[in-house]
Amino acid sequence: MDKMPKWADVVLIPLISLILATAISALVILGIGEDPVAAVKIMVSGALGSTLGWGYTLYYATNFMFTGLAVAVAFHARLFNIGGEGQAMLGGLGVAVACLYIPWPHWSLALIGAGTLAALFGAAWAAIPAWLQARRGSHIVITTIMFNFIAASVLNYLVVDIMRPKGARDTATARFPDSVHLPTLHELLAPIGVPFSKAGPANVSLLVAVAACLLIWLLIWRSRLGYEIRAYGHSETGALYAGISPVRITMITMLISGGLAGMMAINNVMGEAERLVLNATEEAGFIGIAVALMGRSHPLGVFLAAILFGFLYQGGAELALMTQIPSELIVVIQALVILFTGALDNMVRMPIEKLFVTLGRMRA
Amino acid sequence: MTFLKSFLSTAATSALMAGAAIAEPALIYDLGGKFDKSFNEAAFNGAERWAKETGGQFREIELKSEAQREQALRRFAEAGANPIITMGFAMADPLTSVAPDYPNTKFVVVDVTWIEGDNIRQIGFAEHEGSYLVGLLAEMASKSGTVGFIGGMDVPLIRQFGCGYAQGAKAANPDAKIIANMTGTTASAWNDPVKGSELAKAQISQGADVIYAAAGGTGVGVLQTAADENILSIGVDSNQNYLHPGQVLTSMLKRVDVAVYDAMKAGDTVETGVFILGLAEDGVGYALDEYNADLITPEMKAAVDEARAKIISGEIKVASYYDNDNCPVLDF
Repeated sequence: MDKMPKWADVVLIPLISLILATAISALVILGIGEDPVAAVKIMVSGALGSTLGWGYTLYYATNFMFTGLAVAVAFHARLFNIGGEGQAMLGGLGVAVACLYIPWPHWSLALIGAGTLAALFGAAWAAIPAWLQARRGSHIVITTIMFNFIAASVLNYLVVDIMRPKGARDTATARFPDSVHLPTLHELLAPIGVPFSKAGPANVSLLVAVAACLLIWLLIWRSRLGYEIRAYGHSETGALYAGISPVRITMITMLISGGLAGMMAINNVMGEAERLVLNATEEAGFIGIAVALMGRSHPLGVFLAAILFGFLYQGGAELALMTQIPSELIVVIQALVILFTGALDNMVRMPIEKLFVTLGRMRA
Repeated sequence: MTFLKSFLSTAATSALMAGAAIAEPALIYDLGGKFDKSFNEAAFNGAERWAKETGGQFREIELKSEAQREQALRRFAEAGANPIITMGFAMADPLTSVAPDYPNTKFVVVDVTWIEGDNIRQIGFAEHEGSYLVGLLAEMASKSGTVGFIGGMDVPLIRQFGCGYAQGAKAANPDAKIIANMTGTTASAWNDPVKGSELAKAQISQGADVIYAAAGGTGVGVLQTAADENILSIGVDSNQNYLHPGQVLTSMLKRVDVAVYDAMKAGDTVETGVFILGLAEDGVGYALDEYNADLITPEMKAAVDEARAKIISGEIKVASYYDNDNCPVLDF
């Protein structure tokens, strides 16, 4: 055996990274004179110990699933889409337009309509950097990150100057009508007799996100287009030789990626806030990069990593509520997890890979 | 373990003392963070003053996400905190849905004046009136006749500051030129001193020699650059005169600290309703202390005090940006 087994790649390495990050976080918490064991307990019980906690954990996770998938799809074509943030903002605009200006008879139709518009808006926002990359060779990392700032300015103009109700001081659109209210997990689970907290913001979008994970898996590994995307990602010249058009693949991949990022808006804008606030995305687009890295760009990995980050967000909030640990430190803990699972991946991977290779040779 | 122990013992104590109602106040800071040298920090200062004077304790949280607004409100309400003091206009919407669920809890909200609720104390400040006064001082202190305004995030609240400032400057000199810039369109605009410094330099190159910063933590960079370039600046919310003695003309005071202190002092008997704190209530004003005493000439002081009296008496009417969503003397 000259390669390490799949399970080590998918499970062992993220787990070791996570343990390292936790260990260092514990040292940091000790350093400021707080009890790390108590802190972990608060995080776990706050995020997973009640259906209220789960409601928030899954709400954050839904956001991260969409943005994580968006980054993951682009990764397969070796495109680094850092523009998930801006694409999700535009998606929010799509949801707001759909919910405010179209009278929907039922939430399910509204979800389809608003979701489609959100995906279209997000995809359109990704299309411009994609075209610049495909046709003009402008690097997509630079253009997508610049488009985040443009998106923020566009949203600021539209929300503050155009869509804000007259005289309102809050920087937000009007509330969406009740007919587009998405059922929360409480409302979904109550009819089948499962009690779930009323206050948790997780909603039916979670199911859409899970379905999206499945569809992306089918797309990448079970479809001809997915094969072309992966082939292009592995070797552009090889793909070209096989008759795959780089322009076409770049455009299609980025449209899917932007569409997924835009779809996040059905969760945070339509499901939670029920109006478009300026600060709606809250860097979920950037967290998506960490989620995709940690999930090794595999939909199942993205799913699990999204839940982990949802746990970190909700657990962090609980920590801020229940202890005197300053909120900056909670950001440090989250950053350590991102650092170890995303950026320092090879630090853990190389020795483990070597270990497996040596083990394999010894057996051979 | 210690946590569990202390948790259990607290639970036991509170079970024993059930009915004795030991309500701690809670304070929820807005996304800018507790130590922003202005809005949120003013609230923290008010709370600290209350804690020092009474020996009481208060619970606090710095919000990190929009979804946490409702979460923090509910958690504090369920933990029995009373009153729950919240900062910023973005709390309006979560409060309207949370407050009715906890009729026995008093909520206090700063910068919100338009929501319904019998258990909510809503506090608004007449920022345009205070800004009018510092605009008047700015134009009188200016040699070039050009004064600058640097806002934080481009939101109606900050336009309200800029609009009052421009009216004050025009009152001192009808030909006054006002250069207004906003730092940005995202929440990071509240905490970007480098950009604040760049904007200040750009305004100086256009002739501004007094610059008013209404930009949270970004203002620190504006005040620093103004001091470095030997022009005057104006601070906001808290008294920032001390940051650069002799180089900060004055500060527009928005007494968030007093509002928070008063609410905590009143405790769970705090009076609810809508309270607008303007010049008459000393809710807003301009700062005069040993650091800027030499900068404010007797004529300036006379003029600004006269304007203050006239605004209070209603003789001068300062237009509010909110009335028509635009400013009569300044375009944003």
